[in-house]
Amino acid sequence: MHPYIPHTDEEIKQMLHTIGVQHLDDLYKDVPVTIKDLRIPEGLDEFTVVSLLKSLADKNKVIEKSKIFMGAGIYAHYIPQVVKALASRPEFVTAYTPYQAEVSQGTLQALFEYQTMICELTGMEVANSSMYDGASALAEAILMAHRINGKHKILMSKAVHPEYVQTSHTYASAQKLSFKQIPLDNFGRTDLQILKESIDENTCAVVIQYPNFFGVIEDLKAIKENIKDAVFIVVVEPFALSVLESPATFGADIVVGDGQPLGIPMNYGGPTVGFLATLEKHVRKMPGRLIGETKDIEGNTGYVMILQTREQHIRREKATSNICTNHALMAVTNAIFMSTMGPDGLREVAKRSYSNAHYLADRMKEKGFNLLFDGPFFNEFAVRFTRDYDSKWRKIFERGVLGPLPLGWYFEEYRDCGLACATEVNTKQSIDEFVELLGCDEL
Amino acid sequence: MKKYAKTHEWVKVDGKIATVGITNFAQDKLGDVVYVDLPQVGKEVKKGTAFMSIESVKAASDIYAPVSGKVVQVNTKLNDQPELVNKDPEGEGWLVKIEMVNQAELNDLLDEEAYKKLCEEEG
Repeated sequence: MHPYIPHTDEEIKQMLHTIGVQHLDDLYKDVPVTIKDLRIPEGLDEFTVVSLLKSLADKNKVIEKSKIFMGAGIYAHYIPQVVKALASRPEFVTAYTPYQAEVSQGTLQALFEYQTMICELTGMEVANSSMYDGASALAEAILMAHRINGKHKILMSKAVHPEYVQTSHTYASAQKLSFKQIPLDNFGRTDLQILKESIDENTCAVVIQYPNFFGVIEDLKAIKENIKDAVFIVVVEPFALSVLESPATFGADIVVGDGQPLGIPMNYGGPTVGFLATLEKHVRKMPGRLIGETKDIEGNTGYVMILQTREQHIRREKATSNICTNHALMAVTNAIFMSTMGPDGLREVAKRSYSNAHYLADRMKEKGFNLLFDGPFFNEFAVRFTRDYDSKWRKIFERGVLGPLPLGWYFEEYRDCGLACATEVNTKQSIDEFVELLGCDEL
Repeated sequence: MKKYAKTHEWVKVDGKIATVGITNFAQDKLGDVVYVDLPQVGKEVKKGTAFMSIESVKAASDIYAPVSGKVVQVNTKLNDQPELVNKDPEGEGWLVKIEMVNQAELNDLLDEEAYKKLCEEEG
């Protein structure tokens, strides 16, 4: 008998007989043939497996945080030791959904605190207890906007993260929503005039990123004044919010973003966590899980999942969304990180990121590189290199530096440009060395 | 004149307009109402199909149209005071007004006596 599988062949036979099938394979009749033959090799002993995995891991190129000059949605930040120590406690790591409030108070309270902090950060009135990532949060916000006003036209700034745009298109494909891209002005901001002209009675929502994908800080006030009653969706970067005016101030209806910068390692791009915050009046149109605080019959504070009628486990066909799953462990990580840093800590990191990014920009300009746009920026900016920046980026990578994102990966017209980023983890020395490297003739 | 549907909605007819709500029996079964998801004015409804829902602390229940027609008015008071459905289900807690397209549909509904009997059977 195999140590981990407690069924003997005889028992398996009996069970199959009981349910009226001949072979185990009969249970997988519905599985497409393409994945029937997994060709999984024979099992190995632990020692060999560890060696094998180590040899695979050795192929990874690990780059020092101070030498990362790429952001574009995933950012290098310092994560205090306490964050991982607390977030990896077994009580949090369990994958169990807190349906039974009486045995899940710890998890529920942690998620409630997370929601509260997201509200404080965004200035909004209510936040759900997380989504898969920033891209899915935006896609869900768009579907939510459609539920709010029933209209079909989405105006999306060209400066929204291209992968967020792709994800939104995927989600909206079954909903008969149409998308119109709003181009940028010379400052790298969403073109206000074209946005204004594109608004009509069919406009469901306007989507703006703040700071936008190219790093430029959009004028949310002017945008809000020009979009009539369309649902105003703002995609944000959480650290920027600790130094910029919150989107709520400018009348945002839904604020979404990726929580990766808040204590989650870069992890090769995932898993991260998405946040979605909105106004009280839209709460029933909101997707995902919501944790509320209440009192029990003895007057003690307790935490429960609330407004579950919006969720698929209550009324599947009428649910606001099928995103019942949240990224609870990642959301808890965000909460631990935010409570560790506090508002002042977040602001400090944001200010250092801002200073480092502006120092980097100044040094690059000294070296003769021009910025693509003149608009104000926070911790990222687009910069013009040469026609084959992609190959230059690869050469920089070979020197152990993760250079600015080649914008040609997403935009043909910006093939000669990169999106540079600096955060608090970059040092004056690492920035100076990087700028010298950029000036090297052989690159 | 009030008429009743087997699904526990009441109808009060005034010319072409039917005021619709849920019965006292229904609100009692639902428990405390916390939210009434009213339809949009102008919505076309078809007799016997779900056209809105009411959420209570226990569950969310669909409300079925007792007659076909167009929603011409909704009880906006319920947005802030959903508890009116519990307090006065057959008065202030009315849900919608429907402009009927087929008056003959009223003949399929129960009168007060028949409805009372139905409630007794359902307990």
